[in-house]
Amino acid sequence: MIRLWGGKTTKDQSDGQQPEATSGSGWLGRLKSGLTKSSSRLSDGISGIFTRKKLDHATLEELEELLIAADLGPGTAAKLTAGLARSRLGKEVTAEEVRGLLAADIAGILAPVARPLPLDSSCRPQVILMVGVNGTGKTTTIGKLAWQLRDEDCSVMIAACDTFRAGAVSQLQVWGERTGSPVMAREAGADAAGLAFESLERARRDQADVLMIDTAGRLQNKANLMAELQKIVRVLKKLDPSAPHLTLLTLDATTGQNAHAQVEVFKDMVQVSGIIVTKLDGSARGGVLVALAERFGLPVYAIGVGEGVEDLRPFDAQAFARTLLGLDAVAGG
Amino acid sequence: MFDGLSGRLGEIFDRLTRRGALSEDDVNAAMREVRIALLEADVALPVVKDFIAEVKERAVGQEVLRSVTPGQQVIKIVHDHLVEMLGAQGSQLNLNATPPVPILMVGLQGSGKTTTTAKIALRLKTRERKKVLMASLDTRRPAAQEQLAVLGQQVEVATLAIVAGQGPVEIAKRALTTARLEGYDVVMLDTAGRLAINDELMAEVVAIRDATGPVETLLVVDAMTGQDAVTVATNFENRVGVTGIVLTRVDGDARGGAALSMRKVTGKPIKLIGVGERVDALEAFHPDRIAGRILGMGDVVSLVEKAAETIEQAEAEKLAEKMQKGTFDLDAMAAQFRQIRKMGGMQGLLGMMPGIGKLKNQLKDANIDEKVLKRQEAIISSMTKAERRDVKLLNASRRRRIAAGSGTSVQEVNKLLKQFQDMQAMMKQAKKLGQKGLARHGLGALMPKQPRGR
Ligand SMILES: Nc1nc2c(ncn2[C@@H]2O[C@H](COP(=O)(O)OP(=O)(O)OP(=O)(O)O)[C@@H](O)[C@H]2O)c(=O)[nH]1
Ligand SMILES: Nc1nc2c(ncn2[C@@H]2O[C@H](COP(=O)(O)OP(=O)(O)OP(=O)(O)O)[C@@H](O)[C@H]2O)c(=O)[nH]1
Ligand SMILES: [Mg+2]
Ligand SMILES: [Mg+2]
Repeated sequence: MIRLWGGKTTKDQSDGQQPEATSGSGWLGRLKSGLTKSSSRLSDGISGIFTRKKLDHATLEELEELLIAADLGPGTAAKLTAGLARSRLGKEVTAEEVRGLLAADIAGILAPVARPLPLDSSCRPQVILMVGVNGTGKTTTIGKLAWQLRDEDCSVMIAACDTFRAGAVSQLQVWGERTGSPVMAREAGADAAGLAFESLERARRDQADVLMIDTAGRLQNKANLMAELQKIVRVLKKLDPSAPHLTLLTLDATTGQNAHAQVEVFKDMVQVSGIIVTKLDGSARGGVLVALAERFGLPVYAIGVGEGVEDLRPFDAQAFARTLLGLDAVAGG
Repeated sequence: MFDGLSGRLGEIFDRLTRRGALSEDDVNAAMREVRIALLEADVALPVVKDFIAEVKERAVGQEVLRSVTPGQQVIKIVHDHLVEMLGAQGSQLNLNATPPVPILMVGLQGSGKTTTTAKIALRLKTRERKKVLMASLDTRRPAAQEQLAVLGQQVEVATLAIVAGQGPVEIAKRALTTARLEGYDVVMLDTAGRLAINDELMAEVVAIRDATGPVETLLVVDAMTGQDAVTVATNFENRVGVTGIVLTRVDGDARGGAALSMRKVTGKPIKLIGVGERVDALEAFHPDRIAGRILGMGDVVSLVEKAAETIEQAEAEKLAEKMQKGTFDLDAMAAQFRQIRKMGGMQGLLGMMPGIGKLKNQLKDANIDEKVLKRQEAIISSMTKAERRDVKLLNASRRRRIAAGSGTSVQEVNKLLKQFQDMQAMMKQAKKLGQKGLARHGLGALMPKQPRGR
């Protein structure tokens, strides 16, 4: 089993160190197979481009476009390419070198945000609030996390605070059964904050180690829905001023530049502690993460690489960067 | 950070306003900004490239319309081409087949297929009085079938009974049989979300297609989708074959460039858009709205059009004629003031639009003060016809009379007359520009700067 959990609190991890290398195991293979599919076009492009020896402007431009096609955004792509131009323009380079340099630059940006999930065992129950835009993978990620936690011998309780979407409670209940976690639920349309409060009371009574709160998906530009989310946080704080201990934002890797607005608003509204990027097993490359790391510096705790209970992986900056550029990740970093 | 196109074009605007027909350099400079604006709006790179090439071809050498600046015209060309590429408005669902008509819903995980299935069913039921049956073929995601059943209750549309253990193709066949036996007009087939690169699951949806022969196969796509839109569109189109696109979460603040990517790659129309989580939040697709959104300029294009109308062409021409004949008089000047005042009104309007600060500043820089203009108009209207035709008649006593009549001061009357003389001096310049040039550059070009403050 892969340890997603870091020791204690976020603060202990904030020295910018990468987590222990976890590569070499099966997950990396899966991540790679996912990312390789997605990055093959990218890498084909680069190898094609760099058959010429001298690094010229035309080449740099094509390279920039390849980064754009990976959702890095025109600004970040231009900046990375300009960096490369400063150090290498006119110099003889091989395709491998250029890719390696870019991957190193990207990994350098991502390394500070690649952190394990901080779990503070001194405080029980740890309250984890799951937030994000509709359909990004909140409910599924809760299921995956519950599975991992149970394996760490944590007792987990789940609160089905998405009282809006059709079938949301039943969906979470299936995950509860799969992972052996009790699910607190109310009738459809019930007050989500009320249920969150009740669930925390119950989790305390039952001495659960972790309480995970699922919330309804919401678009960040809907003020009333964001206020509803803030209300959940407020109500939790009445019982435990330090709750929620972790607020996780799920980000769909398919999302383009709107990810900026999502992170910005959710961060402002509910003090997001970190991000979980989902659906990285698809053809989307999640390149917007690079710009997000620079702009917000929020930790990326884990990535989703499938719909199964085990498809949650630690986020490894170097592996991500190298696979993004079609380079094989070096085992052990 | 994500300034719309009009913001991006700001500086280029400045340079373009001083020139005539659109030169290749002008267009190239503008197109660099258009490219970035489109990429920031998540239009896929290959689509951006094609788009730019097409627009360039249209724009270079194009005669600039009277009464708009070249910069404004570039925006309009970009916008119009975008609208054209996005395709026709309100393309209807095709139900021309012997009932029951199967409609197949496909797309990535979480894109909104199930919700949209219920939305379309509700629409067909209420607007077209169709008897609709919905069936969920999603046997993978927890409680997916139940989700559709609950939505069915909400919209009061029948859902196929859930039979545990059946596979997607089996369920699809059962849905068609049931629909045939029970006299349904339409069968909505909701499928599980799948990655475009997952061969096994793509093969599954092909099997469903072959078993049911859908009349419509709708690809449901999130408006927030990034560059991956190309892969998704290509794979679903090539493997399954889609007949239309539904764009969801248009109620968000994503710029929605995926709409253009999807449309261009599949060549299929965007039929509907999802604008909320509720079952009635489904609308017809309006290419002009999405175009404005992709360009990040709200309705600036229609504002530009309005502005062009406001500075009425006929009047501009009349004025140009007068200038050439050397008959520019105070009546003509008053007419010009009226027009510029209308522009001032535009300034207020523009100020309310997001991301077009540059345009607004331009108007501000022209230093148009509505109050001053109104007073000057009042001065002119206090003159007699003869005085307006011949300023030499205006001696000190006449000026005092005019000041009293217009509620202004003699200094103000003098200032106006000085301004008028300046303008007459500029008639020489106007003659050089010629009638065409004058209309193109707009009247503002000839307007002497009024002193700031007061
Ligand atoms: N391929 C893949 N699919 C995923 C992943 N994570 C979630 N999904 C799928 O994405 C879809 C949406 O996931 P949910 O967990 O329901 O998302 P949600 O954020 O809870 O959605 P709402 O509650 O409706 O806002 C489901 O079909 C999931 O199976 C992932 O990492 N990879
Ligand atoms: N704001 C908004 N939310 C939408 C829209 N369409 C769907 N949703 C939401 O998006 C989430 C996912 O919708 P679903 O219909 O479950 O998506 P799906 O494609 O069936 O998902 P899977 O079956 O898991 O692949 C839900 O929370 C919906 O309420 C829309 O147009 N606007
Ligand atoms: Mg959910
Ligand atoms: Mg569904």
